[in-house]
Amino acid sequence: MSMIKAVFRRELQSYFATPVAYVFIVIFLMLMGAFTFYLGAFFERGQADLRAFFNFHPWLYLFLVPAIAMRLWAEERKSGTIELLMTLPITPWQAVLGKFMAAWAFAGIALALTFPIWLTVNYLGDPDNGVILAAYIGSLLMVGAFLAIGAFLSAFTRNQVIAFVVTVVVCFSFLLSGFPLVLDAFSGWAPQLLVDGIASLSFLTHFENISKGVIDLRDLIYFALVIGTFLYANTIVLGWKQAD
Amino acid sequence: MIEIQGLTKRYGRHTVVDKLSFDCAAGEVLGFLGPNGAGKSTTMKMVTGFVVPSAGSVRVCDHDIQTETLAAQKRMGYLPEGAPLYAEMTPRQFLEFIADVRGLSGSRRRQRLDEVIELLHLGPVLRQTIETLSKGFKRRVGLAQAILHDPDVLILDEPTDGLDPNQKHEVRQLIRSMSAQKLIIISTHILEEVEAVCSRAIIIADGRLLVDDTPEALAAREGGDLDKVFRQITQGATSTEQEAVA
Repeated sequence: MSMIKAVFRRELQSYFATPVAYVFIVIFLMLMGAFTFYLGAFFERGQADLRAFFNFHPWLYLFLVPAIAMRLWAEERKSGTIELLMTLPITPWQAVLGKFMAAWAFAGIALALTFPIWLTVNYLGDPDNGVILAAYIGSLLMVGAFLAIGAFLSAFTRNQVIAFVVTVVVCFSFLLSGFPLVLDAFSGWAPQLLVDGIASLSFLTHFENISKGVIDLRDLIYFALVIGTFLYANTIVLGWKQAD
Repeated sequence: MIEIQGLTKRYGRHTVVDKLSFDCAAGEVLGFLGPNGAGKSTTMKMVTGFVVPSAGSVRVCDHDIQTETLAAQKRMGYLPEGAPLYAEMTPRQFLEFIADVRGLSGSRRRQRLDEVIELLHLGPVLRQTIETLSKGFKRRVGLAQAILHDPDVLILDEPTDGLDPNQKHEVRQLIRSMSAQKLIIISTHILEEVEAVCSRAIIIADGRLLVDDTPEALAAREGGDLDKVFRQITQGATSTEQEAVA
């Protein structure tokens, strides 16, 4: 546990030691605001809820979260510090978890800083704050899933641009697997079971369930499984790279 | 303290380290010599548990690096080739991270941090980010990191590479001062370094052990000229290799 904490602290410190953290948070908040008020027509809807806000989260995360995740392992490879890290008495699991949790905490801080929108909607009307809290939890879980995928893919390469682009593509297919765009390609010929299986992998479906205020155990387990699977795969990739 | 048995590393069909075997004990300063690409760094990466060997075994303080990785790694301090460091951190933050990972706490932690900072003269740069430091300072931060927990085994891959003559002298003095209770393995292609600090020299070329002797006995082979001995041994190896291929 203390090892995970040490890695976590170092990693989080690194985000804030460079302008990366500040640039990211400012851009994140600006885009969130712009999407909510312009594209989401927050005022014109005349509803005291934050659907206009949360609806854009998956799409914003699609580009912003891979930008946090891409450096996790690729940068360590590029600078050679991975050799330092892996020869310290730390297990791969401890390193993977510490790094992932630092990235998640950082994204969580950025998400928490959107609180003015929550204040705004409470000032303007009388929203269901339970639903809003559920949507925040769903949003954070989705970030975790994106980050776990990004961390895993980042472990393959020393090039952050490659890590970024591949992560965007993989996350995009995870997002859209519940959409007609992907499902129609299967529904004509594939057995219904497979179509349902692919649809059930969609981040969007699970996120929308939660953000409606329904915290279903299945949705929570889904995100936990995605995160767990990709982190486990991350440790395996680290092992391969040491052996090849 | 370190027992290496039949250590081999192959990348595809290319054999980088070829059935290397030797033992070494506390009190020794082992100079690991060889031309560039001889397999020195790869051997060190396998000894420290970063690279998984294709065959053979390494035991560090009676712990197998493959099966008891953490126990072995706890006993070692390692300066990787090129002294990679987290550039965005300050030396202070970096050394505190290492202290956390090495399990140092309380007064011992403070004492060890003060000692290595003093020993490697890092005082003036503690609050500067590492990326802004000169090569000499970076190398010394890397050394500080390796000796922070006062390990029994110290593995230094080209510890004086890129340092000016004064800094080289200081690092060699540091190595000598620590050598009594520890096993220190340094890799280098600077021969004067071997004469200056090592009690034993191992020469490898093409991943194979060619010579295992004291620096004095080695130099005596060619009337005290270690350079000449080195050239003869390593180039001799390459030419026999070429004949074998032909």
